[in-house]
Amino acid sequence: MAEQTASGYIQHHLTNLTYGQHPVNGWSFAHSAQEAQEMGFWAFHVDTLAVSVVLGLLFILLFRSAAKRATSGQPGALQNFVEIMVEFVDGSVKDTFHGRNALIAPLALTIFVWVFLMNLMDLVPVDWLPMTAATLAGDPHLFFRVVPTTDPNATLGLALSVFGLILYYSIKVKGLGGFLGELTLHPFSSKNMLVQIILIPVNFLLEFVTLIAKPVSLALRLFGNLYAGELIFILIAIMFGGGLLLGALGIALQWAWAVFHILIIVLQAFIFMMLTIVYLSMAHEDNH
Amino acid sequence: MNINATLIGQSVAFFIFVLFCMKFVWPPVITALRERQKKIADGLDAASRATRDLELAQEKAGEQLREAKAQAAEIIEQAKKRANQLVDEAREQARDEAERVKGQARAEIEQELNGVKDALRAQVGLLAVSGAEKILGSSIDQNAHAELVNKLAAEI
Repeated sequence: MAEQTASGYIQHHLTNLTYGQHPVNGWSFAHSAQEAQEMGFWAFHVDTLAVSVVLGLLFILLFRSAAKRATSGQPGALQNFVEIMVEFVDGSVKDTFHGRNALIAPLALTIFVWVFLMNLMDLVPVDWLPMTAATLAGDPHLFFRVVPTTDPNATLGLALSVFGLILYYSIKVKGLGGFLGELTLHPFSSKNMLVQIILIPVNFLLEFVTLIAKPVSLALRLFGNLYAGELIFILIAIMFGGGLLLGALGIALQWAWAVFHILIIVLQAFIFMMLTIVYLSMAHEDNH
Repeated sequence: MNINATLIGQSVAFFIFVLFCMKFVWPPVITALRERQKKIADGLDAASRATRDLELAQEKAGEQLREAKAQAAEIIEQAKKRANQLVDEAREQARDEAERVKGQARAEIEQELNGVKDALRAQVGLLAVSGAEKILGSSIDQNAHAELVNKLAAEI
């Protein structure tokens, strides 16, 4: 860090480890943000994927090991924890979602725990994992972003999956006609056939924006919160290189922001889960 | 900060995790939870039923105790009554016996008295005859005056 400028440090921390097809270099890791940009759509953020998959596996294996030994007798510590999570998610789902769908509750649980774990990486001091990765890879300039949810690809991937489910259940429950009707015959409707035909584009414009806003807001809310939080952690981390006094202040700030961030990471995971349930609940309800 | 194929990878991973969670994590945990809830509900039910049973049993036991006490008191009462009766009967019998003995004794006395009276009468008759003989200086024909003497004796 000694040779880096502050903006270089920040840039470095905000660049993903990208693997993709570069027009010149072919399939390779990008060595700069510029190269990553040139790779276009068919490139992968290896760090985002690796960290999120590892955390997902952690979630799955942890919960699976508890589920395998789940008894209705006296639960152990792990089972107790898992049951609290399951009970909490189940309660949230039951409060909001009134249909019968075996997918919703496990989906909500996965979202909550997985997003929480990904957010939790934000609390790991910003340089630990990137430096470990750089040391292991033997490349001191290796890009490595630890928090998957500060990558809009990750949050958008989740949000688009949820969006896909919204579309799927909307069409499944209401039928294609019902779904299109919901998009076009609402909120303005008229008995007069001609007026109705004129109103259809207006309705469609309004409802389509509403529909599209769901995944976009879902993805950007999570991304924005975590990105901002991560950026502040990085800014605080710069202070560590600025002498004893500034370093001490940095430690205090780091601690205070981390404490505050504990709230944010849980809250954002919960909001993502809750909105998913609400959107899917709306997709199941045929009230027009 | 490019939008690229990462989001596809993320979506795929997401679906796999959700499916795994739905198939292998959620059902056993939720089943265990429901079972435990049922067990606890049953246990509470059983506990309250047992409490009710206990109350009933205590009530029954108390009632039986009271009944037994009442029975015992009744038996004692009866025994006392019986004892009194027995004493009364015995007293009655003793009185009768005494009466009977007294009657017998009286009859015997009467008989004896009569015997004595008869003997006395005969003696008095003889004395009167011998007195009269002495006064008259001559013997009185026993047979001639027997009737007279007997009449006299009967009058005494």
